[in-house]
Amino acid sequence: MTALTSQAPASRQPISFALLAQVILIANSFIMLYPVVVMVLSAFKTTGEIFEHPFALPDFTQVGNFAKVLGETAMPTYFMNSILVTGTSVLLILVLGTMAGYAVARYESRTNTFILLFFLAGLMLPLKLAVIPLFILLRDLGLLDSRWSLIVTYTAIGLPSAVFIMAGFLRTLPSELEDAARIDGASEPRIMWSVMLPLARPPMAIAAIQNAVPIWNDFFFPLVFIQTDARKTLPQGLTTFMGEYTTDWGMLFAGLTIAAAPITLLYIALSRQFIQGMTAGAVK
Amino acid sequence: MLVSRKQAPSLKRQLWVAFLVVPPIVFMSLFVVYPILSAFAYAFYDWQGLARGEFVGLKNFKEVLFGATMAPVVWNAFLHNVYALVALMIIQNGGGFLLAWLLYKEPFGFRFHRIAVFVPVVLSTIIVGFLWKLFLNPNFGIINQALYSLGLDSLAKPWLGDSSTALGALILANAWHFVGFPTLVYLAGMQRIPPEIIEAARLDGTSEWQLLKNIVWPLVAPSTTILFTLLFIGAFNWFEIPYVMVGLDGSPFGTTDVLGLVFYRTAFGNQSASIQNFGMGSALATLLFLFIVVFASMLTLWLRRREIQF
Repeated sequence: MTALTSQAPASRQPISFALLAQVILIANSFIMLYPVVVMVLSAFKTTGEIFEHPFALPDFTQVGNFAKVLGETAMPTYFMNSILVTGTSVLLILVLGTMAGYAVARYESRTNTFILLFFLAGLMLPLKLAVIPLFILLRDLGLLDSRWSLIVTYTAIGLPSAVFIMAGFLRTLPSELEDAARIDGASEPRIMWSVMLPLARPPMAIAAIQNAVPIWNDFFFPLVFIQTDARKTLPQGLTTFMGEYTTDWGMLFAGLTIAAAPITLLYIALSRQFIQGMTAGAVK
Repeated sequence: MLVSRKQAPSLKRQLWVAFLVVPPIVFMSLFVVYPILSAFAYAFYDWQGLARGEFVGLKNFKEVLFGATMAPVVWNAFLHNVYALVALMIIQNGGGFLLAWLLYKEPFGFRFHRIAVFVPVVLSTIIVGFLWKLFLNPNFGIINQALYSLGLDSLAKPWLGDSSTALGALILANAWHFVGFPTLVYLAGMQRIPPEIIEAARLDGTSEWQLLKNIVWPLVAPSTTILFTLLFIGAFNWFEIPYVMVGLDGSPFGTTDVLGLVFYRTAFGNQSASIQNFGMGSALATLLFLFIVVFASMLTLWLRRREIQF
């Protein structure tokens, strides 16, 4: 028995503590999910129904709002742009990140430290604050107001973390694998492609998710770089859409639901990989 | 061994390594190093729209920090960033720590709760901002609707239109959006604590509060270092939530203005003042950048000191 127990009855009542914990967790999950549920339910309602019965269940066969969003607005275009921009950026990040990461991890060289420090600096510097020179650079390259302006920016932002993830993993692979292939006469590119990279799929998945989610969700760079409606990505297009239908709440909620659906469903299906990928930078 | 890695690398090997490292480095130099270095340089010039004028020394910096028109706006916004940082440290990171502790014990349904708390994190900030803007609508938003239906009409207000509640509403929307991130980072940190330590403390009859304060909190210090540093950087880059929910001017009456909005207005203009000023915008960005780098490094070093190796 210690003197502390008298001050703290909680430790002696594990059941009531567990109960309190349950109440807090359930309340928290409710607060986290209920807004999303209301968003989806409201998307099936007319504006009048939303105003009069905000908490009621809708008639789920009433899909007029969705049909209108998909058929009469530019939302499908924004959607395609987001897929194109996110897909290309992640691909470039993986290719360039794997190249640099592989070189640093598998070949001894005096420049390795320098290369790692170079990418470490890129990891620390918020490129958002250099948006003015980036804007002028992209204008000079003729990329402004194109999807490439976003792709190169996102690749530059995502590349450093991919280098570290790939290098960190590739360094752990035993050198016997390479040496065996070398004895068999395999060339260096062949060793990388056929021996080492097939083993590196898990870190690639982490690097892909870690970058894909913020790229898919980004709003700031499109806001600065893109003017033409046909090239807008989903978050930026959503602001245009929300401005056009300000009073039609049924449409607004349907638009938000459609924009949120793909990533939410993907997250629910792959929650472990998402959580691992998105916290990879902060969890060792 | 036939092939030794210590052997002097052949030319062929060197070319191959160069092929691997040169493209990523060139890419980074062009799109990260060059813009960041230019950002500093741009701040020392006068700008006419997109055209660079003459070298003006520290004029833009003086204007941003002490000028009659710019400085009051900048300091007002800076204060709001500080408020947001402090509030989010308590609500978002502190709340995340407590939630993580509850999840750590793996109570009934913990898998569900763990997935649920992270759902808002994967959503775009734009979606989160619009969603809460609709919910906080004075007439038809569910917040006021719920208050009316509970008979609490007196509590209902135009949350985003009222100077006293607007910034708080933005902070809460942000906390809703991101609380899952510190929760799961802390949870991972707690799971790395050797379970014997916590078992031993429990056997000694340590209270829950003592356990959290004296054992868990110090042992998850590495997570705290990262989370507080990330929050610091995020709070001073705050832009999307205010932009979507209260607009570029930080309405009402600048009570929600933050540096991100000031920067955007200065550099890229808005409806009321469509003048672009790249010089002043760059000066503001440079100051913000230096502020973040200096304080984030100090914060990291200070927090690192309290980390314990185990």
